[in-house]
Formats: sequence, structure tokens, C-alpha cells
Amino acid sequence: MIPELGHYALVLALFVALVQSGVPLAGAATGNAAWMGVARPAAVAQMLLVLVAYGALTWAHVVSDFSVMNVVQNSHSAKPMLYKVSGVWGNHEGSMMLWIVMLTVFGAAVAVFGRNLPPTLKARVLAVQGLVGIGFLLFILTTSNPFIRVVPAPLDGNDLNPLLQDPGLAFHPPFLYAGYVGFSIAFSFAVAALIEGRVDPAWARWVRPWTLAAWSTLTAGIALGSWWAYYELGWGGWWYWDPVENASFMPWLAGTALLHSAIVVEKRDALKTWTILLAIITFSLSLMGTFLVRSGILTSVHAFAVDPARGVFILVLLGIATGGSLLLYSLRAPSLKAGGLFAPISREGSLVLNNLLLSTATATVFIGTLYPLFLDVLKLGKVSVGAPFFNATFVPVAIPMVIAMVVGPFLAWKRGDLPGALTRLWSAGVAVVVCVAIAAYITNGGGPLLALVGIALAAWAFFGSLAEFAERIRLFRVPLKDSWTRAAHLPRSAWGMTIAHACLGISILGMTGTSAWQTEVIQAMKPGETAQLAAYSVRFDSVAEVQGANFRAEEGVFTVTKDGALIATLKPQRRSYPVTRMTTTESAIHTTVFSDVYIALGDPTQNGTAWIVRLYHHPLVPWIWLGALGMMAGGLVSLSDRRFRVGAPERRRAAKPTLQPAE
Amino acid sequence: MRRLIFLLPLLLFVGVGVAFLLGFERDPRDIPSALIDKPAPDFTLPPLPGHKEGVSSAMLKGDVTLVNVFASWCIPCKAEHPVITRLSKELGVTVRGINYKDKTGDALDWLKRNGDPYASIGADLDGRVSIDWGVYGVPETYLIDRQGRIRFKQVGPLTPQVVDEQILPMVKHLRAAS
Repeated sequence: MIPELGHYALVLALFVALVQSGVPLAGAATGNAAWMGVARPAAVAQMLLVLVAYGALTWAHVVSDFSVMNVVQNSHSAKPMLYKVSGVWGNHEGSMMLWIVMLTVFGAAVAVFGRNLPPTLKARVLAVQGLVGIGFLLFILTTSNPFIRVVPAPLDGNDLNPLLQDPGLAFHPPFLYAGYVGFSIAFSFAVAALIEGRVDPAWARWVRPWTLAAWSTLTAGIALGSWWAYYELGWGGWWYWDPVENASFMPWLAGTALLHSAIVVEKRDALKTWTILLAIITFSLSLMGTFLVRSGILTSVHAFAVDPARGVFILVLLGIATGGSLLLYSLRAPSLKAGGLFAPISREGSLVLNNLLLSTATATVFIGTLYPLFLDVLKLGKVSVGAPFFNATFVPVAIPMVIAMVVGPFLAWKRGDLPGALTRLWSAGVAVVVCVAIAAYITNGGGPLLALVGIALAAWAFFGSLAEFAERIRLFRVPLKDSWTRAAHLPRSAWGMTIAHACLGISILGMTGTSAWQTEVIQAMKPGETAQLAAYSVRFDSVAEVQGANFRAEEGVFTVTKDGALIATLKPQRRSYPVTRMTTTESAIHTTVFSDVYIALGDPTQNGTAWIVRLYHHPLVPWIWLGALGMMAGGLVSLSDRRFRVGAPERRRAAKPTLQPAE
Repeated sequence: MRRLIFLLPLLLFVGVGVAFLLGFERDPRDIPSALIDKPAPDFTLPPLPGHKEGVSSAMLKGDVTLVNVFASWCIPCKAEHPVITRLSKELGVTVRGINYKDKTGDALDWLKRNGDPYASIGADLDGRVSIDWGVYGVPETYLIDRQGRIRFKQVGPLTPQVVDEQILPMVKHLRAAS
């Protein structure tokens, strides 16, 4: 009964979405306020209906209702409760449900919080949001219905892919999707602005918080995914340039560009058509990400839920959404008025450079990811593009980007003073030299030259961003107390920028450290044997059988010592899940803030007395995710800026008396 | 002229969209074999110790045969093993194995633990014969017709889907053909 209710709610949501897109569009075109007003309740109703449907599906998973196909295929009665709930989105149908939940929640948020939006713009934004909703609801109902029953109901289910039964992955998709779908708001605003034929600083002020929110969650989603791959896949790597990883990375790069170009629209009323295009591209890349993951058109380690028939549907959706909006763009964008002028060396100029480099980086990843497909389609042969391509093309773009990132905020709007900015960065320059010297000393000059470049870059980003902040609060030039007052009065967006930029430096340090100086030992070990890993001794003590809720595991016990002192006891597992007949490695990690000792237990050798053991020492690797966390925090701090707070400017205006009292 | 610039994103997107559409007709896992429809290479492999027969090109003629390249150190081989077993034991297809770059003891152990569905196994300890077959990696499976020609090649593990949708229909067709 409850699954049928969910199904029914989903169908109803489709009809509400039809109303949400049709009526307000007509209302905005004819100036009918009542019709435009339909958008708001419709968006809220659509969200509630989708939530009911999602709740019904979750219920079916939680109570293990094996008369529902989706539950049979992806769940098992013995599965822990956490994974019964997260398993709802751990499969194709459920993940699409999560997509639409995010979409309607964002839509309803615009409807509820966007009170001060001009009525026609609001009606059009929500209508476009409704159109996207129609596409995805149709997709779910026609090709990926999660409520289909199975008769007769089997006694138990097939269980969820054990790789997905992990807390890190349980929370990876919601963040990722919130990011992907959050960009739909920027997209809707862009399309609405094209329909209106008007873009102004106020428009950018409305778009930016949504973009910031989407960007922050996407950052968290990507970081979680990378962290999961690091500890679960048991290879000790943290980024594989896998097509599916790239699919989430491209919207992030484009979204980062969008975030920065919207600043120029807001402050200087320039770069308008470019920002609109970026908004369209960012969301299109999110859609394409979904398409690449769901269609199986590219090979990937992520091939969890792949079905070409569904890929065609998403391709059609992509064609309508992206093709349609780009067509609208080609018709309307030329008539948008260009805004303020600026010199090449200026804050605007630096943001343009940022955009150029980020777009180039996006294009690089795009080409690398799709090159095998293009070549195959043109019948020029089969190739695969791997990490060497991306390292050779992406890194040279990223280096100038980080260098410029630090200088840009020192430049004034309209016309900046580059030599002046560079002289004010002398302290960061000194810090870079000191950091490189320290790194060279610690490693005895070991490691590739590029590693020292990475260290220099990380120090530059970190200390340069702090130097900019120090400059703003006139640190050491006015009494400390005055600096403190200045810092407290700085807008939150300034705090956010400093945090995000400095934390990028922290991430770069982590990436450099682990890429250049990791140690890897892979060998067969018998219990009682000891291996040497960097400065540590790792003794393999024993292996024991362990029984979990829905798996059996061999658990190794390893003692890690350094100079005779006990550092940690690590217990990596090799789990086998009888229902899915899969084995997974659960690596064990001992982390100090400065490095990780990472142990994965492999297969036993044929006579069963020894095991293949993989030992890694990853210097600085936790900093990658700490930095990403910090970048997300920077985004959130910036999001709390006063001027984005809903209604703040409006209320101030409303407080003014409308009639001047007679004196 | 200015309008053309604004049209450019749309044109680029149409190009990408067409590539996607054509991409559906291709399977990225489908690696072409130069040997399809050509006779299997001429070879003779000695049997794995404890087995009566090895595998040679002469043995591939007469009946429709599946040649499966496997190794004890290869994890996907273990994954496809139940599928191979079903083909051989339940569906009555002759499956001959080529044991690729393995240690004899490891291979025998592996067969003892996982079962031996092979009609015979040739030991290709140095991988020399597998080069002639154009083996990319293990596991790989070839379908040979009665005249000893290679008709189908699977790179990577066989899945029940590949067996049901491609191998079984082809086996039926090839058996009926001559």
C-alpha cells in the first residue's frame, strides 16, 4: 500500500510540475500577477509530493518489503540499518529519486526565500525549475520506476554492493547531488534572465548565494568521494582521473568560474553574457555527469548502475535543456547591454584571467574524458586516456591559476597596480622560500623538482591569502586592537575568500606530499614477520576470522612501531559478503596529522600460510581533505554574508517612510 | 559576426551531442580482435601435470569449442569461474583452458579449490602461445567454430549476460551451420 502511495505522489508531482512551468510562464508573458503567483505554491507542493514518494521508498527499504523490486535488488534483511537507509540512494532508481528531491527542495527554497525577487523573474525562475523537474520525473516514471512490485515476493533480497556499504559512501551522493542540482538554480536564473532580456547587479546578487551553496556542497561531495576511494578501494590512491570522478570535477571547475564571474557582474555590471553562459554550462556539465554515470558510455571503476536505454533518455533531456538554453542564448545574449569598462590589470582583469584558466582546465578535463568516445565514434581506434594526460595538461593550467589567485585580491577595481601588489606580497614570498628550504632539508633534497614547485605553490596560496587579509586589517601597522576591530567588521565574504583560498593551499600541500614522497611496500608476509615502511616497522601478528552482520572477514593484526615505541595496532580486514559473493578490502589507517600509515590485507598465498600485504606511508595526505573541508567552510562563511541574507536590502528600503512628513 | 560568436556554444554542444548519440552503438569494453573469423593460431601446449591432455590447434576442430585463458593469480578469473563451470557442466559446451603465466603448483591448487570445468588444460607457462592469440590480459575467452576459426572474443570475465545473449545463441548457430 505505501509504495503505491509513493508512486501516486510521484505522478501527482509530475502534474504539479507541468502547472508550475506552464502557468507562470504565460503569466509573466502577459503580466498576469495571479498566474505568476501560482509558481510559489506549486513549487512547495511539488517538493512535498516528492518527499512523500521518497519517504515511501525509504519505508519499503527500512522494513525490507521484498515485494518491491528495488528493495529485492538492493537490500537484504540482514543489512545494517544505516545501509538500509543509505541503500535507498545506492542504486539507480533511488539515486534519481534523491536527485529530484534535491531539485524540488532547491526550487521550494527559491519560492519561499525569494520574496524580494521581482515577480516576473521569480515566476520564470520557478517555471524553468519546473521544466527541469518534468524531465526528471518523466525519466523516473517511464524508465526507472522504483515502486515496481514483484510477484511472488522472494524471501530475501540480493543485498547492496558491498563497496557501497560504507559510511563514507553513504553520505557521498547526497552532497554530490546537492551540488549538481544546486547549480540548477543558477541555470534557471540564467534562462529566466535570457527570457527577460535583462541582467543587472541585482540578478547576480540573487544568483551568487545559490551558486555558493551548490559549490560548497559539491566540494564536500567530491572530497568525501575521494576519501572513500582512498580508504575503501585499498590502492592507497586518492584521485584516479576516472571518467566518473571527472564528471563531478567538471561542474566544480565551471562552478568555481561562475562563482567568480558573478562577482564581476555584481560589483561592476560587466561580463554579463559570459556569466550567463557559465551558468548554463555548469548545470549542463552536472547533467552530463549524470548522463555519463548512468549510461555506461565510458568505462569506469564506478560501473555500479549502468543501463544504455536510460542513457538515451538522459541524452534527450540534456539535448533539450542545454540545446534549448544555448539556442535561447544565441538569440538573446547579443542584445544584452555590455557593462563597465576596466583595464587589463585590475580586479576585474584578474577575475577574467581566473575564468580563462578555469575554463581551460574544464575543457582539458572534458577533452581528456571524452576523447576515447570521440575517437571511437570517428572510427579512429580505441584508446584510453589516463592520469599521465591529465597530469601533463591540467597541472600547467593550475599552476598559473594559483599564482594569480593570490595576486588578484590585491588589485583595485577598474585599474590596478601590479608592481604595488607584488611589493605588498613580499612577506608571502619570504614564506615560500622558507617553506621550500624546510621541505628540501627534511627530504634531503629528495623527490622530484615538481614536488618543490608544489610546496612553493601551496605556501604561496596559504601565506599570500593570509597576507591579503593582514593587509585589509592593517595588521602590525595599527595597534592590534584596531586590527581586531577591523577584522570583526570585515564582510563575511572577505573572510570566506581568505579561508577558501588559504585552504586550497593546504590541499595542494597534501596532494604534493603524498604524490612525491609516499612509500609503498607490497609483499607476502607470514604472521610474525616484520616489514620496514619509511621510518616505521610493521609486524604482522596474526589473522583471525571475524563475523559481521552480513559478512565474514579475515582480520589481520599489525603492530606499527617507530624506533621501538608502539605507534598503533592496525586491523585491516578482507570481507566476503556471501549474498553478493563479493570480497572487499577494509584498509586500516593510522593517521597523525602529518602522515598516514595505511595497511590493506590482500589474498592469502596458495598454501594459506602467508598473505599479500600492501603497506603505504602517505605523508601529508589528510591535508587534502582538511583543505577541502576548509574550502567548503569558506564557501559557507561567505554565504552568511549580510548582503546575501534574504530580504536584508529589501527591509532596509521598506523601512524608509513612503511619505515625507510635513515639517 | 558578433551573433556568430553567441551561436558557437550551441554548435559545439550539437557536435558533442551527436558524438554521445553515436557512442551508444559502441561498447567501450569491446576491444576488436584482428583474429575474428580467422583460423586459430597453430600451437601445441603440454598438459598441466596431472591432466591427460594439453591443448593444440588440431583439437579445436570438429566441435564448437570455447577456449578460456585463465590464471590462478587473476581475481576476475575467479569471478567468472562459476560461469565457465555452468557452461561446461550444465550447458554442455566444450571448454578448453589455457593456463597463462602461472606456476604449476598454484594452478593445480586453484583448480582443486574452485573446481575444474575444463575438458583439457594447456600450460602456457611463459605466455608465448597467448601472444599468438593476441591476449590482452586474463581472463579472455574465444569461441571457435568446427573449422577451427575464431568467431567471438571476450576480453575480461564472462558474465551470465554475455553467455545468455551472445555465446549460447552463437554456439547453437555454429553447431547448426555445419
